[in-house]
Amino acid sequence: MTKKEKILLKASIALAAVFAVAPASNAMHIMEGYLPAGYCVAWGVICLPFLIAGFVSLKNKVRENRRNMTLIAMAGAFIFVISSLKIPSVTGSCSHMTGTGLGAILLGPAAVSILGIIVLLFQAVLLAHGGLTTLGANTFSMAVAGPFVSFGLYHLCRKLKVNRRVSVFLAAFLGDLFTYCVTSIQLALAYPSEAGGVGASALKFLGVFAPTQLPLAVIEGILTVVIVIGLETYAGPELKSIGFLRKKEAK
Amino acid sequence: MSKNTKTVIILLVAAVLIAAVPLFALRNTEFGGSDDAGSVMVEEIRGEYTPWFTPVLETALGGELPGEVESLIFCVQTGIGVGVIAFFMGRFVERKKWMKATGQEGDVPASGGERACTGSGDTDDPHR
Repeated sequence: MTKKEKILLKASIALAAVFAVAPASNAMHIMEGYLPAGYCVAWGVICLPFLIAGFVSLKNKVRENRRNMTLIAMAGAFIFVISSLKIPSVTGSCSHMTGTGLGAILLGPAAVSILGIIVLLFQAVLLAHGGLTTLGANTFSMAVAGPFVSFGLYHLCRKLKVNRRVSVFLAAFLGDLFTYCVTSIQLALAYPSEAGGVGASALKFLGVFAPTQLPLAVIEGILTVVIVIGLETYAGPELKSIGFLRKKEAK
Repeated sequence: MSKNTKTVIILLVAAVLIAAVPLFALRNTEFGGSDDAGSVMVEEIRGEYTPWFTPVLETALGGELPGEVESLIFCVQTGIGVGVIAFFMGRFVERKKWMKATGQEGDVPASGGERACTGSGDTDDPHR
């Protein structure tokens, strides 16, 4: 099986999955109109520095080496694909993954915030999925918090001499989970429960999101490892130029 | 088959299984979106809740996006992503073949048969 065939296979699986679960309605982001206006603005402002840092980081990467563009495009495309796949989960509801782990590992967490917000905008405007008012909050959870965890974990694992693929898996897996933990906390902050305040409310939201998300986070980890294997095999020079591989490590 | 190929296949099969098993195991479930569950939770905590802003597209359409159209747009999103990944992967694969054929494996020359390579300063590796 050649790489192309593999990609074809993956594409068809992706399409099949979309068709399989298409009737499912909205999934995981905070829904349009579900956060009080104050929170919308606050989260948006919190995201701003990350977005600016991300923009600068992307610009520098491209200026440093035009070839980096390809990996940036691929990381963005990966988020596009992964976050469009709604997958049925053990709890009987569907959710989708974030796909931001790959970008965070390859490009650093700030750069991903830009890629993430593009996807979130696409879904908010065209799909009524997530929303424009909740864009700030969703950007923070999916394109800032998750990637930072992925990035940190990956580099921690590499420091500890964990196998590269295992590191990639762990980073993507926990980054995905963390995204939804942040979502829960964001909802809890806006809707503290009367009995136990923010904490109890956060646990309630986590109870909804976490069991659904767990298997999906595993899938996200797996897919990220698969694409990293593909890139390691075929895109050594790009990975070197972006600083993912050192020269000697490339095949 | 190389070791990598085997790993990739095993991983993909595992991913598909994880996705497919719930579908068959929980036969009579609706598989609604989990943020619907989220909204239910909001109402549970807060009592009745009406979103204060409706999605722009729904406002423009004067109703919800038809399910079929929604799936179309999701497919478009997937398609864009897969297209970009497949395009670059295809180029990488071809380039690797080309490099092998010309005996330059290991390090890409500036003219590595790739348009983007004609840009400046792509020979230095800062991490060396």
